Amino acid sequence: MSAEFDVRYTAQLARLSLTDAEAAKFQSQLSQVLVYVEKLKQVDVSGVEPTAHSSEMNNVFRADEPRDWFTSKQALSNAPRQANDLFVVTKVIE
Amino acid sequence: MDLHTLSVAALQKQLRSGSVSAVEALDALESRISIVDPKVGGYLSHSTHQARKEATAADLSKPLGGIPIAIKDVINVTGEGCSAASKILKGYTATYDATVIRKLREAGAIPFGRLNMDEFAMGSSTENSAYQLTRNPWDFSRIPGGSSGGSAAVVAADEAYASLGSDTGGSIRQPAALCGCVGLKPTYGRVSRFGLIAFASSLDQIGPFTKTVEDSALLLNALAGKDPMDSTSVDLPSDNYTRLLGQDLKGIRIGMPKEYFIEGIDPQVDKAVRDAIRHYEALGAEIVEVSLPHTEYAVAVYYIVATAEASANLARFDGVRYGHRADNVQNLLDHYTRTRSEGFGEEVKRRIILGTYVLSSGYYDAYYLRAQKVRTLIRQDFTRAFEKVDALICPTSPEVAFRIGDRSDDPLKMYLADIFTIAANLAGNCGISIPCGFANVESKRLPIGLQLLGKPFEEAKLLQIAHAYEQSTPWHRERPDLSSSGL
Repeated sequence: MSAEFDVRYTAQLARLSLTDAEAAKFQSQLSQVLVYVEKLKQVDVSGVEPTAHSSEMNNVFRADEPRDWFTSKQALSNAPRQANDLFVVTKVIE
Repeated sequence: MDLHTLSVAALQKQLRSGSVSAVEALDALESRISIVDPKVGGYLSHSTHQARKEATAADLSKPLGGIPIAIKDVINVTGEGCSAASKILKGYTATYDATVIRKLREAGAIPFGRLNMDEFAMGSSTENSAYQLTRNPWDFSRIPGGSSGGSAAVVAADEAYASLGSDTGGSIRQPAALCGCVGLKPTYGRVSRFGLIAFASSLDQIGPFTKTVEDSALLLNALAGKDPMDSTSVDLPSDNYTRLLGQDLKGIRIGMPKEYFIEGIDPQVDKAVRDAIRHYEALGAEIVEVSLPHTEYAVAVYYIVATAEASANLARFDGVRYGHRADNVQNLLDHYTRTRSEGFGEEVKRRIILGTYVLSSGYYDAYYLRAQKVRTLIRQDFTRAFEKVDALICPTSPEVAFRIGDRSDDPLKMYLADIFTIAANLAGNCGISIPCGFANVESKRLPIGLQLLGKPFEEAKLLQIAHAYEQSTPWHRERPDLSSSGL
């Protein structure tokens, strides 16, 4: 499986671009990690349920009531760009 | 008297007796920081103005009244920076308190300073910080462990009375072991993570670094509890974690997992831990051998599950609501790609890519789903072992602190440093690292950590067992030589 690992393609899925040096280094390092995790194939997992997290709980509800939280000024206080009390995004539709 | 050397409990006594004030306790830390931190590098920043105001107004009748607690740079404190030691959050100022900070304030404590760490808590040496190195106070040529390396180093160097860190695969216990202090990872669900910058949400847990086990219990008293803002926090009656401290160990059964005593452990670590086990027998505990048969798969499961969750959690860094944003972008794709490539460091990129790969179409079942199933088997190992024993005992780390730079080009070797701590995060149970001796390495003394793992939500008993050892051994009283000659 690890032979199919393409670091540049995967990086692009995660919205990362790599320099040639980074790509070569990560390709080799992560291929090693993928070879290491192959050991999980030795384990018989037939009939075993997956664990998403360790506490035994399902849905957690709380009362759906409004309460005080951030003001828009606070919410915008770390925005790299803002205008008219709104976040400025890069144009989505050409 | 050297105020800065006091434990939380000892400082609390002095404050309440009126022999020192909260402002003096803060001053003592500041003066200590100015002497040792240029070398240790544990603090990214500390602002004294606000802390001093809080110290002046401190209510000493509260459980942690007037006590400054240093905070890992991954936990939000209103008005302070919170960068997760990443360039992508440079300049970010928190607009709210994490629940643990609110609870510390309610207990009268004063959040103080921002502590260095591996970027986004990804690492075992704190070398992945985008800002600075933190050095091990016992040997400045060595790493303090990670990811909460700053949290461990400042407590060991007496530049903090106590601190908070986070533990996803050992990030509290491993640096505590390598720096010679006490580090507690509470049970998954015991402490709210609201306001903690998320790394791997099914594994992350916040916990204290302290000089003594008693202090660890005092801090957990303040931190624990259900929080409506973290749906994974568990609704259990509040416990008093100091209630069993001082009780003897008659009738306590401690398991030695045979898979944790393997070749490859530093012989000095192996000896110190075996001596500690004999010490527990002398204290009246019964030692039994147990088996955790799926131990050898824990690291592989962890690096699939943790990176998968990280790749999703870190998708939020898009340069719109907070954090770095690339200049002069051509279009939306360019905006995202350049913002993230400029902002994230090397290890973070590596893990996002690995996590994206194991979740990607065609590979999900082979990697992620299979890892989640093996995680079930690892949990079952612990459930079965805890039917027979009250706690498990093993080394926290297979080795002592390694040299700065030794592992930086070998991620897989770095990942294997977490081999003894990771399973507790996968299974969710609580764990603690306490000092159990020193290794002599090249004329330096380097701390060794003993790890005790407890049943889910039985922190009180875990602390009792840790306390009995600590109080009958000298290790927790030892300090690195940071006198002017040591510096």
